[in-house]
Parts: sequence; C-alpha cells; structure tokens
Amino acid sequence: MFQQLGHLPMGWLMLALLAMLASGAFFVGRVQAERFSGPAAARIHSRPNYHGYFVAMWTFVPALIVALGYGLMGESLVRSQLVSELPANFLKIPGVELSVYLDAVSRAAVHNDYTGADRVFAAITNRYLEIQGVVKLSAIGLALLGATVGFVLSRRRIVPGFRARNRVEAGIELMLFLCAAIAIATTVGIIASLLYESLRFFAEIPFWDFLFGTRWNAQTSAEFGALPLFFGTFMIALIAMLIAAPVGLFAAIYLSEYAGPKVRGWVKPILEILAGIPTVVYGFFALLVVAPSIRSLAVWINTTLISSGLTSEPLLAAQPTSALAAGLVMGIMVIPFVSSLSDDVINAVPQTLRDAAYAMGATKSETVKHVVLPAALPGIIASLLLAVSRAIGETMIVVMAAGQRARISADPTADLTTITVQIVALLTGETEFDSPKTLSAFALGLVLFAVTLVFNLIALRVVQKYREKYD
Amino acid sequence: MTDVVQGPFRNEKALRRLKKRRAADVRFRTYGLSAIAFALLALSLLVASIGFQAVSAATYHVVRFDVVLDPQVIAPDGEDTPADISRNVDGFYSLLRSDLLETFPQAADDRLSRLRLGDLVTRLAVLPVARTVAENPTRIGRSMKITVPLNDDLDLYLKGAISKDARVHIGEIASVSETAQNEVSLSGPSAFRGLEAMISTLRAEDGDAVDARSVLLTSGSSTGRVTHLETGAAHVTMLTGSADAFRGARPVARIIALPETERNVSDQQIAWTLALKEMGRISRVPHFSLLTNTDSTYPEIAGALAAIVGSLLTMLVTAFIAIPVGIFASIYLEEFAPRNRLTEIIEVNINNLAAVPSIVFGLLGAAVFLGFFGLPRSAPLVGGLVLALMTLPTIIIASRAALKSVPPSIRAAALGVGASKMQSVFHHVLPLAGPGILTGAILGMARALGETAPLLLIGMVAFVADVPSSPTDEATALPVLIFSWSTNAERAWEPMTAAVIVILLMFLVTMNGIVVLLRRRFERRW
Amino acid sequence: METTVTESRENASSELSVDQGEGLTFPRIECRNINVFYGDKQAIFDISLSIPDRAVTALIGPSGCGKSTFLRCLNRMNDTIESCKVTGEIIMDGENINNPDIDPVLLRSRVGMVFQKPNPFPKSIYDNIAYGPRIHGLADSREDLDAMVEKSLRRAGLWEEVKDRLTSPGNSLSGGQQQRLCIARAIAVRPEVILMDEPCSALDPVATARIEELIDELRKRYCIVIVTHSMQQAARVSQRTAFFHLGELVEMGDTDQIFTNPRERRTEDYITGRFG
Repeated sequence: MFQQLGHLPMGWLMLALLAMLASGAFFVGRVQAERFSGPAAARIHSRPNYHGYFVAMWTFVPALIVALGYGLMGESLVRSQLVSELPANFLKIPGVELSVYLDAVSRAAVHNDYTGADRVFAAITNRYLEIQGVVKLSAIGLALLGATVGFVLSRRRIVPGFRARNRVEAGIELMLFLCAAIAIATTVGIIASLLYESLRFFAEIPFWDFLFGTRWNAQTSAEFGALPLFFGTFMIALIAMLIAAPVGLFAAIYLSEYAGPKVRGWVKPILEILAGIPTVVYGFFALLVVAPSIRSLAVWINTTLISSGLTSEPLLAAQPTSALAAGLVMGIMVIPFVSSLSDDVINAVPQTLRDAAYAMGATKSETVKHVVLPAALPGIIASLLLAVSRAIGETMIVVMAAGQRARISADPTADLTTITVQIVALLTGETEFDSPKTLSAFALGLVLFAVTLVFNLIALRVVQKYREKYD
Repeated sequence: MTDVVQGPFRNEKALRRLKKRRAADVRFRTYGLSAIAFALLALSLLVASIGFQAVSAATYHVVRFDVVLDPQVIAPDGEDTPADISRNVDGFYSLLRSDLLETFPQAADDRLSRLRLGDLVTRLAVLPVARTVAENPTRIGRSMKITVPLNDDLDLYLKGAISKDARVHIGEIASVSETAQNEVSLSGPSAFRGLEAMISTLRAEDGDAVDARSVLLTSGSSTGRVTHLETGAAHVTMLTGSADAFRGARPVARIIALPETERNVSDQQIAWTLALKEMGRISRVPHFSLLTNTDSTYPEIAGALAAIVGSLLTMLVTAFIAIPVGIFASIYLEEFAPRNRLTEIIEVNINNLAAVPSIVFGLLGAAVFLGFFGLPRSAPLVGGLVLALMTLPTIIIASRAALKSVPPSIRAAALGVGASKMQSVFHHVLPLAGPGILTGAILGMARALGETAPLLLIGMVAFVADVPSSPTDEATALPVLIFSWSTNAERAWEPMTAAVIVILLMFLVTMNGIVVLLRRRFERRW
Repeated sequence: METTVTESRENASSELSVDQGEGLTFPRIECRNINVFYGDKQAIFDISLSIPDRAVTALIGPSGCGKSTFLRCLNRMNDTIESCKVTGEIIMDGENINNPDIDPVLLRSRVGMVFQKPNPFPKSIYDNIAYGPRIHGLADSREDLDAMVEKSLRRAGLWEEVKDRLTSPGNSLSGGQQQRLCIARAIAVRPEVILMDEPCSALDPVATARIEELIDELRKRYCIVIVTHSMQQAARVSQRTAFFHLGELVEMGDTDQIFTNPRERRTEDYITGRFG
C-alpha cells in the first residue's frame, strides 16, 4: 500500500491542502466572530474578517512549515533511509556513482518505467516507493496535525475584546521582516557556502600554491595554481576597459554637455539597450563574428611581417578564440555602465561652476576638462569601478570566445582562460561533489566574490560621499 | 607697421591662440560624437549580423515524397502495434530511400552511392510521420504524401551559404556524343565562350586554385561535371539524368567556389538535389519546426520547443518567488524598519548583492540547493530559485524607489482617518507605487530571462529532448540552448542559433516595450 | 548737503562731459536698442544706456525686472542659454560685441563676472586664480604666474589671509573670503570691465562691508557694473544708477540724483518702498 502512496503528487496535494485549510479556518473564525452576542459584543475591537484571518494564520502557518520542510528535505530523507537499508556491497560504490544510481531509481519510480531493470533494481525501486509513501503520508499527517492544533488553540482566543487586527498585523509584519531577511540570508548563504567548500579545498591544496601557483590543470586534478586565471581575467578586463572607459566617458560628456534634448532622448535609451542584451548573445557575436575577424587580421599581420622580412616566424598566435575578441565585445557590453552613471554625475555638477568658467572666457572644452570633470570625478571613478567589477564577473562572453588554455601570455590574439570560464568548466560535466576539482571552483568563486565585493563597496562609498558633497 | 588699427579684440597673438583653443574645442566635441557613433555602430553590427544569419534560418528546404505505405515494411508481423509503428524509424526511412533509388536508378549500382543518396534526407526526420501513421493505422497500405527536411548541408548549399557559385549561361549545344560509359562530349560553336571568360576572370583573381573547383552543367534535371574544356567543346561526366537533355538545349554552368574535397556535400549529391528541385519536389518553406520541435543532434529537425517551455517554467518559478518576496521586503524596509545600524547594513548588503556576478549565485545554487537540499538537477525549480535570489535585490531596489516616491501626505491622510499603519500601506501607498513596482519587476524578469551562467552551474546544460511538463522535470532554457547550439560543429547550427537568439530578443523587446508603455501611461508627477 | 550735491553734480557734469564725448575718453560701454527674448517671451524691451569707465554703475529694480538678464548681455553670457536671443548693439572700444564675428571667449577675458553665490572651482586657491591666465596664455613662466596670483589676491584684499595656504581648496574658505576669491579670479585675467550680479546677497553684513570697500577700491582701475536689489548698497557704492522695471529702463542718472530727486514717478515709488 505504501508503494502506491509513493506516487502521490505532493506538489498539488500540498497546495490544495493548504488552500483548503486556510480558507476553511478563515470562514470558521469569521463566523465565530459574527456570532458574538451579549453586552461585550458591542465593544468588539476588530472586525470579524480579522478574526477570520487570525484563525487562518494559525492554521496555515504550521502546515506551511511542514510543507516547506518536506519540499526541501523530503527527497534527502527518503534517500538516506534507502541507502541505510542497502546491502553492504552497495556502500562500497563511490559517492558519485551511487547518486547517479539513485537518480535512476528515482526516475524509474516517477515514470513507473521498469524497462531494462534487473531484479535488484526493481526491488530497490519498490522499496524506494514504499519509503516515499511513508514519508509523504507522515508529511500530510504532520501538516494536518499542526493545522488542527493551531486551529483549536486560536479559536479559543476569539472573544469580543480580542485585538485580532493587531495580532494579524503583527503576523504580517513578521512575514515582511522574514522576506527582507531572505536578502541577508542570501548573502550569508553565499559567504557560508563559498567559505565552507573553499576551506575543504584548502585543506588539501595549500593556500599559497593556489594563489600564486602558475600551473592550472584542474581537470586532471593535478595542479591548482590560479595565477594564469587571475592574469587572464585581468587582461580581458583591461582590454574591455580600454574600450569602455573612453567611449563611455566621452559619450556621457557629449550627451550631457553638447547634445540637445532630442538627441539625448534617443541616444540614451539606445545605449541602455547595450546593457540589456543577454551576454550569451554577445558571446555568440564574439565567437562567430569578432573572433574570426581578429584571427584573419592576426594571420594577415603575421604573413605581412614575414614577407617583408621583419620576422622569421609568426609573431601572433592568431587563435580561433582569443582574449582580444572576448575583451572587445565585453568592452562594448560595459559601455553603458560607464556612460550612464557618468552622465548622471556630470549633469549633477552645478551650473554655476560652468558659468564661472565661461565668464572667465574659457571655451566649452576647457570648461569641461578643467572644471566639470574634476568636479564629477568621484562619480566617474565609481562608475569605472562598477564597470570593472562587471567585467571581472562576466561569464558567457569569455566562455564562448576567450578560450580554455590557462597560461600567461602578452599576446592578445592568444586564447586565455579566466576565473569564470574555469568555474563553469569544472562544474559542468561530471561533478563529484567532494573532489578537489569541484571544490576548486568554489575557491575561485570565493576570490571572485571577494574582489568584486571590494570594488562594489568602494564604488558605493565614493558615490555616497560624493552625494554628501553636493546635497 | 605699428599704426595698423587693431581693436583690442583683434590682437594678433590672442587670435592665434584662440584659433588653437577653438580647434581643441572642435576636436573635443568630435571625440564625444565619435564615441557615440562607435557605440551605435557596434550595436548595429551586432544586430545586423545576427539578424542576417537568422533570416537564413527562417526558411528551409523540404523534399516531397509520394510513397505507398507498404505494411510489410512499416508494420511487419510481431511489430504492428501503434507503439511499434511510431518507433519504426528504419521502416519509414527505407520507404523514402527506395523512392529516391527509383528516381535515380544509376545510384543503385554501388553501396557508397546508395548511402550518399540516402543522406539527402536524415533518418530521424521520419519520426513525426511515423507518429502520424501510428495514430491512423487505416492509412497503412495506401499512398501518402510525406514532406521531410532536406539534409542540412544541402539546404545551406541551396541557400548559397556553403559556397558562392558563379553561374554562367551556356549557348546552344549543337551535338552530344557519348565517348565512354557516362562520359559525353558536348559541342556547340561559341557555346562555351561565356564559361571560358568566367574561368579566366576567376583565375586572374584566385590563381591556380580555380582548377580544383567543380564546374557543373545542368539542363533540366540532368547534370554533368565538366572534366575538360576546349574551345567549342566540353567533356562531361554525367552525374544524373541523361545526356540527351543537353541536345539542342542551353544549359546552365555552375562553378562551385569550394572544391569538393573541402565540403561536406559531393558534386553528385548536388546534382541529385538540383534534379529534385527541377522536378518540383524541393520547395522552400517557413521553418516552423524551429519552434515546434525539440532538440536533436541533426540541425534540420532540431527545434527550440523544449527550451521555450523550460524558460517559461523557470520564469514562472522566479516570478512566483522573487516578486512577492521582493515587494514585501521592500515594504518592510521602506515603511516598517527602524532607522538603525542594522537596517543600514541591510541596505548596503542589498546594493552589493545587486552587483554580485551572476555566476556566484550559480555556485550558491549548486552548493545549497543541489548539494545540501538535494533538489533535482537541471530542474526549472532550482533554476527558478537561483534566478529568484539573483533578481531579488533588483526588485527590492526598484520597489523601494517606487514606494519612496509616494509623498508622505498620502500616508498621513490615511492615518488621519483612523487606518492602521499596515492598512495605510496596503490600501493607499502600495496601489500608488504599483506602476513603478510593476516596471521594476518586469525589468528584473527580463534580466533573469537572459541569464545563462547560473543555469549552467545547476546542471541545465544537458541535451534535453522532451518537453518538460512540471517544474521538477529535467529542462533547459533558451539562453542555455543558444549556448549549447553555438558550440556545435556543423555550419547549419549557426543560422539556427541566430534564429533562436531573435526569438529570445523578441521576448525581451516585448517586456521592455510593456515597461515603456506602463511608464508613459502611469507616470505621475507629484 | 548742498555742497555734496554740487560736488556730485560737478563730478556728474565731468562725467556728463565724458558722456558727450568732449573729453578724451568715451563711455566704456554703450548699449543701443537692446532687446532680449527667451523663446517667444520678451524679457528686455529696447534698452539704450551708457556705462562710464572707472566708475560703479548700479542696476536696481524689483526682482524679475531683467537686471541680471541685461547684465549678462554685457559679456554675452546669454549665449550659453539655447533659447535666448539678443538684438541691438553693445559698443565697446568701437566694436559691437553683439556681432557674431566677435568670439565671446575673447570678450569674456576683457569683461569679467562675479556671481551671486560664490562659486570657486573645485581646485586649490592658487589654481582658482591661475586658471584664467593659464587658458589665455597670459603668463610666460611659473614666476610670472606666481606674481599674477599674488597681485590678484592683493587687489582683492585676500592675500594676507591666504598667502600661507595657497594649496588648500578654494571652498575651504568662508563665504566672504570665497567671494573675494572669485573677485580675485575675475581680476586675474586683467579685464577692463567687471560685472557683479548681486555679489553680496549670500553674505553676512561684515563680509558685505568688506566687499563694498573692495568695490570702492577697484573702481579706480576698472569699470564696474553691479546688479543689486539693495538700494542702500547702490547708494553706497555706485556713482551712476539705472532703474529697471518689467524689462524696461525707466530712468538712469547719477546715483545722488536718482535717490534724492528722481524724475520718474515709478522710480520714486520704488525708492520710497511703495513696491518692490
């Protein structure tokens, strides 16, 4: 019987259950409040609706907690129970194979598809379903129990003088607070998970070897020197900023100082479009249009140099994926980060400073160069920092167009790899969760997070101080 | 010399200096203008190159067959249940192959050319046909019109994407004489002059590489390859059809720019394709299967349906979580939170989270949702959760700004008539901030729709052939599909990836368009 | 009182004689038929007046009457506003500076301006003063520049207070000091005319008094035009006064005459406080 129960569609069931419990409790509570009689009834504090909400809250929340608990922990519970019942020879199987096997068991159970299964597999799958049935039944039972207890207890509080509305609103405020707390929980979660996995990594690979080692062969779990990755990230970000900084800054200057409102009205949104294009599209463009062109250009340079006798061997690497291709496209993507914020800060410089400069006979460009830009400098620096942070953390463009070779090279037409590319490479494909290979991805993630955090914090501080100066 | 009257504003030295300063002024302005021009140019280049490729994939070539559904082949004894029929790819495919062999009997001679002929159509392309027949078993035994996509490389060839051919019209062929098995000699006075001229032009441009190129002569549905060209005569190896078709005709010559050794399609296959086209059995139709098929290893039958549904499911989960939580969180932070050190830290934290690289969220998802909670890999549920966490700060910031813009007088008025704080927020402030919150939410969703990196890390990279039906099924998403297709080797994937990009961009444009409309309609200036 | 009147009349007549061109100097600035439009709205209606050299001319009137707008015509600052159109002639040293041939950049090095709210550049005190000479190429060497900075600061009466901290930022000074810095900055490019747009309205009385002293000193060298909404200030510092109302020039004359014996009814109403 439990085996049949194992097929219960818990998602829909729980939703229906919660909905029914909540609305039922609401009606009961409200009716109860409406039925107040006697002298106290005239001084009722809150409207019957709120009494209804109160009862509904206390009924719904316990059931919700159970449902969430089942949703998050249910599968692991079932699996750990199943594993503990498995015969001894199963426990010798390495972790990753075991979880793949269990995935297959789970899939077979869900689709009721036993084709190609041997008797052992079928038996395990049946047992799996049984355990699932038990867990599911218990979850439903527990939810109902919690709901009932809450229901009964809350109904007792319903009297005319009861401040139901205050209680309900306190409950709502708690919920609002919890939602805000999720944002904190996210940061805590990020830091905790990165640190936890990284510490496990550093238990096996020394910290300094990681930070300063120059050979990266993570796929074979051989060497974990991340310096070439840092170099690759830095180089591509540098190329990107070489494009985005001047273009973004001058575009911002033109838009705020020279352009009329019509031009501004058109150009500014178009620049925003650059920021809205998904990075995978940029990656496609980089891979299929930019990288081949750079390669052809590099090949042409090589042959021209050789044929004119200046060099005897090809100077440039001319790879099909290159740092230059990724950097160029990334630079284009990052332009609006520089131009938007710079435009805002340049606009915020008080007109009276410009007037002072004009009144002394300065030309427009002199005014901008010597008076406006220095005044807007903190904001511009902040925008550059944010842009660099974005460039460092970018993934898809480099995954598609930069390359996989971890090395340090000054040649921009060579393929380089970056931190983000390696994280993707390490975590896609076979993932054994405990090997140094996978853990190194988290160590890289930690470095990435730390560096971008520093940039972001500095940028935010600079913007804050700048606002204080001019407000 | 000193009595030349010069006003104080026309002093020579000052004017010279002024000229330099003015020149610097103009230069400065030009820098600004060229920066904008550069950015716009880059954007146009991006859009144009992708659009151009996408247009190529918007239509494709299909081949028409009219075959009899032989029950022996399709539903042999022991395998004639509908389930068996719908899986009988080999059976249906052999029907098509037999038809092709009937059309081009010369190919039957050796195994290699039979194989090459069969390559004109992909095996798996018959699956939809098999399913249709399985649903209507009464059709077995009768004839049926079948349309299947043409081989992807030949499709590209017909679109001109593989090789830029030079076409020359040949003059009237006076006589045709057979010299050997399949070899003919065509002669006609001044018939080949155009061809010779074209070849010498090409030779002037590309040198001796021209000799490796194939020259095909086509007349009607017969095609032959030129082996030797002289003045007034050409020696041709017949590839398909008969030499008689050339008698008295004006054939068309094709000089295929890419030598046969460098392409995936042989001259023979091109000849067959041209013949089928001439017979009216090949036509170019809209590529609807791009939207209705699921992924496949063959480009001509691959489609983005599974990815579209997967993206939709993921967006549903993200919206379901991020929008309510984001709005509630922003309400708490803006209206209820006490102004103390803790809330300041929360603010800084949220601002920072909005700028954290998306791949870090992927790491979080992999470690916590997959590792700790054991949620199913590659499921829209997990993808939605990760993207929700990523979008949350953006929605909170936008909603806070919307709430902040509602003037305090509204709140004061509500409290003044005896509403509680909670009531004033939910009944008065929130509706007024509604449009701003909504636009923030849509923009957040638009960003989440285009994100790829976090989804890769939670396992959405796998090849998914079935359309997901629930958030816990294995699925993929549009941006992930774009990523995986763009790394495929065959040429045909490029235009198709571009087409899927266009689909994704259309979703984004629609969402941003809605935002612009909302802003215009509901923007209030207090 | 009478002698004062006589004295000022003598001065006035000598200046009148200046106006009539009998002497060697001309009026420094001569304005003819000035009209100013902001888009379709007209702000200044057909104003003609002369501004004498080495004297302070005050422009007074109620707020919004166009005094600042008119002042800004004199150094073509209105050019920086898109929708603004100025017609008429402004003759300075025999040339009409409204002529599009004249480069306003050069004009503004000869006609300086001090604004209502002190607006030092976000630079050091030294660089604030040195900026003008630098862009106009007025100094040949570092020593030249140092000397110019010192001279300007001395003339503005600020040297003693800041000579030890020339590298500290311009906005680290007090309000009054900042305004004197701005005056020094305007002087540094060696203008012939200094325009002041309500220079003391953002300052306290002590600072105001210092600035007024300074103006009195400066008028020995420069032609000064000052817009002020304080009649007392106009009476204190100026020799000639022009009364503006609703974009028109109502009356112009010697300061004493305007304040004691105005010819126009409107002038009298304004001065006696009946409006404005």
